Formats: sequence, structure tokens, C-alpha cells
Amino acid sequence: MAEQTEQATKTTVTVVLDGREIEANPGELVIAAAERNGVYIPRFCYHPRMRPVGMCRMCIVEIDSGRGPALQPSCMLPVAEGMKVDTQSALTKKAQDGVLEFLLINHPLDCPVCDKGGECPLQDQTLAFGPGETRFVEEKRHFEKPIPISELVYLDRERCVLCDRCTRFAKEVAGDPLISFIDRGNHTQVNTFPDDPFSSYFSGNTVQLCPVGALLARPYRFRARPWDLDQVESTCTACAFGCRVALQSSANRLVRKLGVDVDPVNQGWTCDKGRFDFEAVNSDDRLGTPLVRSTAGPVNGNGGSPVDLAPTSWSEAWDRVIEGIGRARLRPGPESIAVLGGARLTNEDAYAWSKLARSVLATDSVDAQLGDGLPAEVVVGLPRASIDAACAAETVLLLAPDLKEELPVLYLRLRQAVVDGGLNLVEVSPVATGMTPYATVSVRYRPGEAAEVVRALVSGDGGVGAGGQSDAMRRAGELLRKGSLVCVLGRPSLAERAQPIAAAAAAVLDALPATTFLSALRRANVHGALDMGLAPGILPGRVSLDEGRRWFAEAWPAVPASRGLDAEGIIAAAAEGRVACLILLGADPLADFPDRSLARRALAGAGFVIAVDSFLTASSRRADVVLPAATYGEKGGTTTNIEGRVSRLHQKITAPGTARPDWMIAAELAWRLGGDLGFGSEDEVWDEIERLAPSHHGLTRARLASAEGFDGLLAGGVAEVGDHDAPPTMSGADAPGIQGPLGHTKDDSLATTGMGHDVHPDPQAGAEPAGAPAGVARAEAAAGAGGSGYADGDTPGEVERDADAVERSVEAEGSGRSGAFRPSGGGGDRGSTPQRPSPLRWSLVEPPPSPPPLDRYSLRLVSARKLYDDGTLVQNSPSLVPLAPGARIRVNPADLSPLGVVAGSKLQVSSSQGRVVLEAAPDPAVPQGSAVVAFNQPGPGAADLIDSTQPVTEVRIETLSGASGPTP
Amino acid sequence: MAVSDAAPIISTRLARPDGHTLAGYEATRGYTALRKALGMGPDAVLEEVKAANLQGRGGAGFPAGAKWSFLPKDVFPRYFVVNGDESEPGTSKDRPLMERDPHQLIEGLLISCFAVRAAQAFIYVRGEMALAQERLATALNEAYAAGYVGRDIMGSGWSLDIVLHWGAGAYIVGEETALIESLEGQRGMPRLKPPFFPAAKGLYLQPTVVNNVETLSNIPWIVTHGGAAFAALGTEKAAGTRLFALSGHVRRPGVYEVEMGTTTFRDLVEAPVYGGGIRHGNKLKAFIPGGASAPWFYPEQLDLALDASVVGPAGSMLGSGAVVIMDDTTCAVRAAWRLVRFFAHESCGKCTPCREGGAWLEKILRRILDGHGREDDIELLLDVGDNISPGPFPHPPLDGVAAVPFPFKQTTICPLGPSAVSPIHSSILRFRDEYLIHIKDGRCHLG
Repeated sequence: MAEQTEQATKTTVTVVLDGREIEANPGELVIAAAERNGVYIPRFCYHPRMRPVGMCRMCIVEIDSGRGPALQPSCMLPVAEGMKVDTQSALTKKAQDGVLEFLLINHPLDCPVCDKGGECPLQDQTLAFGPGETRFVEEKRHFEKPIPISELVYLDRERCVLCDRCTRFAKEVAGDPLISFIDRGNHTQVNTFPDDPFSSYFSGNTVQLCPVGALLARPYRFRARPWDLDQVESTCTACAFGCRVALQSSANRLVRKLGVDVDPVNQGWTCDKGRFDFEAVNSDDRLGTPLVRSTAGPVNGNGGSPVDLAPTSWSEAWDRVIEGIGRARLRPGPESIAVLGGARLTNEDAYAWSKLARSVLATDSVDAQLGDGLPAEVVVGLPRASIDAACAAETVLLLAPDLKEELPVLYLRLRQAVVDGGLNLVEVSPVATGMTPYATVSVRYRPGEAAEVVRALVSGDGGVGAGGQSDAMRRAGELLRKGSLVCVLGRPSLAERAQPIAAAAAAVLDALPATTFLSALRRANVHGALDMGLAPGILPGRVSLDEGRRWFAEAWPAVPASRGLDAEGIIAAAAEGRVACLILLGADPLADFPDRSLARRALAGAGFVIAVDSFLTASSRRADVVLPAATYGEKGGTTTNIEGRVSRLHQKITAPGTARPDWMIAAELAWRLGGDLGFGSEDEVWDEIERLAPSHHGLTRARLASAEGFDGLLAGGVAEVGDHDAPPTMSGADAPGIQGPLGHTKDDSLATTGMGHDVHPDPQAGAEPAGAPAGVARAEAAAGAGGSGYADGDTPGEVERDADAVERSVEAEGSGRSGAFRPSGGGGDRGSTPQRPSPLRWSLVEPPPSPPPLDRYSLRLVSARKLYDDGTLVQNSPSLVPLAPGARIRVNPADLSPLGVVAGSKLQVSSSQGRVVLEAAPDPAVPQGSAVVAFNQPGPGAADLIDSTQPVTEVRIETLSGASGPTP
Repeated sequence: MAVSDAAPIISTRLARPDGHTLAGYEATRGYTALRKALGMGPDAVLEEVKAANLQGRGGAGFPAGAKWSFLPKDVFPRYFVVNGDESEPGTSKDRPLMERDPHQLIEGLLISCFAVRAAQAFIYVRGEMALAQERLATALNEAYAAGYVGRDIMGSGWSLDIVLHWGAGAYIVGEETALIESLEGQRGMPRLKPPFFPAAKGLYLQPTVVNNVETLSNIPWIVTHGGAAFAALGTEKAAGTRLFALSGHVRRPGVYEVEMGTTTFRDLVEAPVYGGGIRHGNKLKAFIPGGASAPWFYPEQLDLALDASVVGPAGSMLGSGAVVIMDDTTCAVRAAWRLVRFFAHESCGKCTPCREGGAWLEKILRRILDGHGREDDIELLLDVGDNISPGPFPHPPLDGVAAVPFPFKQTTICPLGPSAVSPIHSSILRFRDEYLIHIKDGRCHLG
């Protein structure tokens, strides 16, 4: 960079393209520069997100770099000053026509039965430029067709034009080099190695990359013709990464999801789960009508089965719901009504339920997480990093579960940053992960000891941690202190509590205060749900209950007086019979709460259970009333990804039966309970969010719908203190505007909803927080926090707090964008208005629980999710069902050999919570003394072992014949 | 008849039964050049090689000294790679050098690495050459044991490791960037130059010299006798001697070391010490001057000198030193088919025109030979060829048409694609009537 600026004032390169001068960027490839300037050079192998290979030769054009014109591949040649490019010369045309003819001579021309027909570059270019007749009279090349190369992808080698896109993707982008060229010359083909299928989590990308119909997705094959498809652009919610996708349907069924290239997020890629999970939306098992437990059936909790749930009308279902809630309201105490779940909802849905719970149901016991993430205030209250900032950082500290399993495209981004950009990755984890091969240093900690290890790392105090790692610890510590640091923070294992991870984060922030954090929570819109206040003690817009009480009391009918219970608290209370009404928002605690026996007791002990869900799950089967909810692709709104990026969802199809969006269910429930949430459309919900939620102020619908909002907008960067009605244009100008993807036209034609119009409808009567009494100081977050443990108790006064917040906000932007965050100093003349509350900042109060002393006869359990699991999305997507690997217990061979256990033998695994029989898988990647069981796989597994009340879960293993545990 | 009486340079040990052993090599002044070079210092060695004007013997004929000078300064590590993947049909000069005088190659490599300050070298031997691999492996072990290779060579403090690598049987790996890919463990496919000029971004993307076996085998002699003595042989543009592999319809096919520039093709074919004339007293029909890739020459070109600067402008190339003689009992169509079949078979599959076009050309020729030719097949062959190698194709002057000088243009990354066009273009140019007989009568003019 410095060299460039010193060199010359001119920052572009002038090239003559087809006779006219154009300006290109230094280092830009001719093909890209031409395309930016309106000249499309035909190509098959070139792809802007992969290294050029110059293989197909379709893009050869006459280029004169000073030594006379010659045919050159424009995909491999960078522009140079004075270069002359002729894309239309007779020589160019002849050569390109020749290449096209070569590609066609062995092509089967079976377009009528090819999935790609109608959207095929080979077809299009042949139609545009190709000869009408073939000169090839010999027999074409034949291959068996198609052959499955994985569970999801078929390969038709006859159609293949050998462009190296799929093979390059597998090797360069995914890091799964499982497909490659075999044989040579005219017999060259793409194939897998024998007995080694293309079992990559990213295999579906190759189908989208394929310029012909050689790679076919099993879920889409023969389902539709491109011209029958209608599409909208949306955001994937299979995980929380927020990949931009195109959603295509035919005859009101989703048939395909394609990755869309947005630079700051997925750069065009998706994982296979995200690509193919649309099958679940089309499932015949979707709920289309409300269900109520038949009164003749067994009482709730006693082994309820779907037989006991009878379809009914909405009005009857509402009657039952109102009756149940009415009874619960008679019970005193804040625990009588609790709401679990919401991470699968849109922001609008989550806001509606948050508002309903707080202001109508009068409970703060709401939690979008199911005890399987991190404390909400940690996620909401740590200084934030964007995905780009993480990739551009000097070092990333990975304190998270296996990203390849849980946030696959984040894995791709970080992997690329390591491989191409020299990012240093310091992995701190209990076992090796998919990221381990790319880590500069991997440090293993014993389950339960994350905080101690991280504290030692950041303080430079080596020598702690699982045996003999002092060298790795020292190197890791050096890297962490070297330069800009982003910590990717998640819950590495569900078999240890979250508090040590939170304590580790606090230790990092304490030692290295400039650190920013990127959340690695996985579930769909969990970040949006937390932002919308679906967590105890947190109100919409990332403010604490106490900090935001006055502000929201102006706008909402009521705000709870004290902090409620989180998921662990709700489940524990329900198990003890203290929850009179439990509302499950697409939540399945029996599957997702780490401790299944406790969850089972909770569902049995809850007085009245209402499930709002799209499917009957293990948990919703036990509900008294099930309300059918519309799901992905069936509603609009917005979703928020791990970095806080708000991007739009779009409706493509209609929901089955009478299923409806969750916000609508919330609004109707409020109305039936005599309240009024005050909105009648998703747009109105968003407008209220934008107006009231401090972190989302300025993210107007107009901005989200504009070109600027194409990639989504980062929330939290534009909160203005004490100036709630600043003109949106001003926020817009300073907002973290994101550059569009390379060459991607920000065409909003995919949009279906009328989000193009403006914004800022009149505030709802009574909600406008103007005219509040003067001189009211905001309550300190610490004051009256009811032992919440997250309040920033040391902050002496609000001015300093605001200044800190400004600083933090700027830091959080990381990559040089400035947030329009104004300190409150100039807001003195507005003292009569309740000020927009400042965002929550988290710091550690409670020390984490210490793990028990080491027990020589036990193994410490590590449990995390796999990409394909027993979850609703996967199990209702027929193509994905076979991919769930099943639960096995992975143990270091040194711990297994004393038992005489070999791979595949059955082991009885027992903990304080229960015992299960699992297949043994010796794995040297598991440290000695630990055992790994994947979470939520079909059948009995980790959740039957985990004791969520213990700092770590310890298990003992026995051979089925009854031999004793391992004796190290 | 200008048969040089200069003493041979690199073929001196080929006839010795123990030429391949360390004892035999040391008995014939072996490794004395290395000792001398170590005393001279790297820069002085480089100057000698530059003064020798030693042109690369692999095919392109680029001066070795200049090639070494292209290495960017102060970029380390840099690698030295020996291209022993000799597989051009007709070429068989590196093979005897590796089989019968491996220490000469190792000594040449040692001196060269010393000159360019490389600390790691690789010898890439063609997969099919089992004896060469064995002899080189044995020789390397001997040289390591004797302290000529490895740590602190001959007490000089300078160290070099040499790795022997066997190819997997692909012709394309003779192309230096494909060889580098193969050496890195990838599929042997050429890289595009630019940006992957080996001197700048070669093996493991580090500066790399790739030299041919024969080129390096000259280095010990040059260091011993001086660059000027080497340059004094041959002519200004074609210095030294060179091994030529003479094959086809001559009485005495074989590998001969001849003085460059002063010797002509006619000398090579007719001199009793070389080819000894066309077999059975037949007439010369055509010959390939520089390996199967080269456009053909005809009897009129017999008196051209063995000099790349003469052969290139005349419309072909001296290439890898393989001269293939065809007498008048040769069917031009069938000869072209045999050559095209080789290139179609050996295409690496990377560039579409070569992968698809080469196989198509082969199929058309096969169809003509099988008696199913069509009238427009000749134009089709030429046009398909034009889509692989666009524009006028190199050929010698003919029927009043001026020569089109070498090299050919290409729509492919490497010259393998156009190589398949050479025999087709050359045979149609001169023997179109033989094609017409095949097409019209469904038989060969030879009966």
C-alpha cells in the first residue's frame, strides 16, 4: 500500500479495450476489467472467487502488451499500462469459435433431459456464437452416466467440459480435495478416488459452479426447468452465518437454493445443509393446522403422543391457549409464565414475542437459547468484530466449537484468510476440530479448564494446560499479543458449562482490551433474537432491562420489574413444577437442551405447554396446544447474523394450511388477552424496532431495501445517544456501508415486498418517548440488577459510560468504518426526553465454577454438534437424513486399549444422569482423559449423559461384558 | 562432407563398460572439474558458462548462462531441477548419458548448483527409463558416500542435496512447468508463462532453474577447458558439439556427437561415420529435423546446417536433436497419423484445443486411412489445426511460397497442441495428392 502511494498519483491502469480507453485497477485481470467496462468475454473456467487456471481457453482474446498482438487467455493476464485488448478481432472470434466447437464435439447434446438446459453457459454461447451444424462425424466419447460421487451430487462425465471449477473449488476453497482429474488427454475425466466419495460439506457449491450439467444435485435433479422457476433473494437461516441465497420455487414448492455472492459474508458459497434444507419446508409433515391435546387423553407430560393431539380450528386453539394462560396468571410470581426459544424466528417475530412476553404476559423469563450457547449478556455485551475484521486481523483466537460443523461458511472464510492471507489462528479447544489443520497453534484444554488456560495464554504465563504444551502455549501467547486480535467465541462443548468460556473471554478482554469478538453461536437467528430481547434481563436493542426500562416503559404497555430466568432456570423451575405455562417458540428442549433428563422432567412438570412450531418435535408432541407457524421462505422480515448484520428475508411460497408467521401469532395472542402490540405487518414491526431498539436505530427499511442494504447492514454501529429522531439520511451516510460484491449488480428486482417506499410512519400513540419529565437520570445498569451478574457495576457515571461506548463502538467496527455514535455531551438541552439507552456492556462478575478434581476412573465428556444431526431441518430433508453420522464415542486409543476395546465395539457409557450404549471409535485426535460424543445424533447419546448442573460431565466406560473402567 | 575431427565432449565414456561407475568416472578425470569450480567461486563459474555460449539442449535452445542469470537476486531458497524426462519420439540422447555416464551429469549439476547458489537439486527421470533410474541412484549413492554430494562437499564448506525423482510416464512432463507441477506432487499439467516463469516462480513458487541432462553434462568439460574452448567449437550461434539421435530409414541409425553449425543434415544422413545414407538405396522423401513436434523438412533442406538459428527461419526447429528420416516407401498420411496419435494420446487434457482437437485430428486421419475419407476432410484437418495453432503454420519455402519461420502460434498453454498440427500441416503441404488418393480411392498410393 505504502509503495503504491509513493509510486505515483495515478492509481489506475489505462488499457485500450476494443478501441476505447478504460481505467482498470492495478493487478486486475483483463477479463474482469473488461466485464466491469461492459465487455463480456465468454468463459467457462474463470471464476472470480478462485485462482485462474486458463484451462478452457474460451476467453482467449487478442492482446498486445507491446510485442505485437497475440492470443492470450484474458483470465490469466493482469492489465498493464498501454495494453491493447481486442475482443472482437477476426482472430479472436475464430479462436473462440474453435474452442466452442472443440467443447461441443464430445458433448452429448442431451439438453432436453439436462437440468442445466435453459441456464447453461455452453448452451447460451453455442446459441449465440456457435455453428449451426457439427463437422464432427466420429463417435462421441462415452462414459457411464450419471454416477453418484456423494450422497448429494451426481456426476455426468459426458457433459463435463473439464473447466476445473469443481476440482479447484474442492481443493482451494473447501479444502476437501476429494474430486480431481483422472486419466489424461481426451480421456480426462473428473472423478473421485475409489471408495473415497466426495463427502464434503460444501459439495453443493460445485453443482452451482458447474458451467454445464455435469454435476447435478440429487434434491433438484429432474424437479424443474429453469424457465419454470421463480425466485427471490433471501438469507439462509440454516445456521447463524447469514449466507445470501436465491430461493427458487415452482408450483409453490421450494426447489432450489443458490448461493449469492456478497463480499462481506458468504462470497457466493453455502454449505450443503443450507443449500438443501429447503426440503424440510416442503415436508408433508409440516403443521398446517392447530393441534390441541384431546381432553380424554392422558394429562400433559405422561407420555403424550401425537395421537392425543387433535387437529382443530384456530379459534378453538386460541380458547385453549387463553384458558391455559389465564390459569397461569392466577399463579403468583414471575416464574408462572416462561417463553423458551425464538432463535428460528425472524427479527420481527422475535421482537413481537419479546414485546408480548414483557408487556402482556408480564414475564422476563424468556430465552432464545436453550442452555446450549453462551450467557446472553456475553453475546450482546462484548465488543464486536465483523467477519471481515476477523479475516483481516493479525490473529484470530478460536474459542469455539468446530466451525466446520457449526458455521461451515465461516470455516471457509477463516480457512481462506489463513491459506491466502496469512492470518494466524490460535485454536483453544478440548479436541481437534476441522479448523485444526489451519491453526498456527492449537492448544488443548481439559474440559472445564478453558478459563485457566486462556488466562495463562493472554498473561504470557506458559506451562498451564494439558500436559507438555508449554511450547505451544508460549507461541500462542506471543501470537495473541502480536497485533490486532479477534476472538471467535462460542461454546466449545455442551458437556461443560458456559461460565468458564465467559470467564475466558473476560480474561482476554482484561489482558488485551483492544480485542473484539465474533460470536460463534450457531442457531439461525439467535443473534437477532437476543438483539430483540429474547433473553432475560435484556430488552430490544442490546440494552439491559434496567438501563432500558424507562425508555421502553414509554413505548410499551409495561416492562417487567425484575430479571427473569434463563433457559437453565426455566427448565429447572419447570422440572420443579414452578412454571404454570411454558411457551415453546420453535424450541425443542428434548433435543437441544444439553441435559435431556432434566428437560424431560421440565416438560412433564410445566403446567400448560404451548408450542408454536412448524413441525411436531419430541417436545411439541408433549404440548397441550400446538400452533402452526410459517417458516423459512414463507414469510418476509429480517434476520441477523453472527456479526450483527441485519439482512432481509423474502417470502417465496405460501405456508401450508393456516400456518402463519410467529409475529402474527404473538399479535393475535396479545389481542385475545386484551392487549395490542400495535403493529399489523412485518414492516410496521420493523419500523418500531428501528425506532425503539437503540442498536438498530437508523437501520430503516429504506436503507435495507436500498443498494447499500444489499449485503445487509451491521446493527449497533449507528446508535445515537439522546437523539432518537436524527434524520436517517445522516445515519445512513455514516453507517457501515459495505462494498458490493465484485461485479455484482445490486439488482433489487428479486424483491417481492414493497420495501422500497419510505419509512418512519407516525409513531404509535403513546409510544413516542417525547415529553418525559426533565432531569431523570438513567438508572445505572448495576443498580437493582437483582443479582444478574452482568451489570457494569464499576462505571461511575453516565458521561463516562457514553464515552466508553463510543470508543467501544468505534473499536467494534474494526475495519475502519466509523459508526455515527455521538456522545451525549451535546444532548443536555433534551433533558426532558428519556434518552435512548446505551448498549449493554458485559464484564465478568462471578468467577466460573471450578471443575472437580481429576478422577482417574472417568473421562471428561466433550460434546458438540455435527453439521448433520437429529434436528428438525435435517430430519425433514430426505436428502440430508442419511448424512447424520450417528453417535459414537471417540476416545484416545491409549484410554481404550487397557479395556481391549477396538473400533466398532459397543461400550456402555455412564454418567450421573444415565447410561447409554455407544460404538467405540478410537481416535488419537482426542486427548487422553477425554471422550467425545456428538450432540443430538439420532438415538440415545450425549444429552442422556450430560448433567447441566455440573461444571463438567464425567463419564465412565465399560465393555458390555461388564469389565471395569479404564485404569490408566 | 564436413565431418568434424574435434574430440567428443560428452560421449567419451558411453562406450566404456565401467563408464557409469564412480571408479570408471574418476579414472577418466571425473570430479576434477568440480574441484576446480569450487576453487574458482560461483561467479567465475557462471562467467565461464556464459562465455561457452552453451545453448540448452532440451529443445528451446536457450543459453544456459543467461537462464541462470535470470534468477532474482537474493531470493532464497532457489532450486535446481534436471529435466531427464526425455520422451519426444525420435529423441534418445539423454538416456545414454544417464545410463552410461551418470556421474558426468551429477558433476555438471553440482557445478551448476554451486554457480547459482542453489542448495537443493532434483533429478527428474522419465518413468519408463528403469536402467537410467537405477544407474543414477547407484551413482548418487556413490557420490554421497565419496563426499561429492551432501554436506561440506570436498571440504569446501558448501553443501548440496540431490533428490532423484521418477516420473509416472507422461510426455508432457518434459515441459518444464508441467515437470515442476509433477515434482510438487500434482498432476503434470503446464503452468501459464507468465506468471510462472520458473526462474521467478518455479518449484514451490521459488526461483528455479530447469536444465536438460545433456546441457548439464557439458558443464564439467566447460569448467575444465574453459568457456572459450567450448565456444570455439561450432559456429558463433551454435557453439560446441551436440548429440543427435538419428532414426528412421538410414543405414546406421544411432546417437552421434557432432559439431554444431558446421555439420549439415546431409552430413548426418550420408556420412559413413553417421547415418551412412538412406537404406536400400531408396530416396529421401522427408525428414523431421528436431523431434516429432517439428514441422517436416524435405530433400531441399538437406544442406542446412545443424544450427537452431538456421533451422528456425527455414520453417522448423532443431528441437531436441532427433532427426527422423522417411524414405519414399513411407505413406505420408500414415506417418502423420502415427505422429498425431502420439500427441493426442499424450495431451495432458488441460487446454481444450489440444485435448479435444488433437483427438479429433487423430480420428479424422484414422478414418481416412480406413477408407472413409471425405472430400472436405483435408480442409477440415487444416481448419481444426488452425484452431489449435492459428495463422500461418511454419514450413520451409515451397513452390515459390516463402518459408514461415518457427515458432508456431498457439491457442494452448504449451506447444503440445500445435505439435499435433505439425505432421498434418507438413504432410498436406507436400503430399496432398496422397491424401486425395486415400480419400477418393480408399487406398494408399503405395498399394
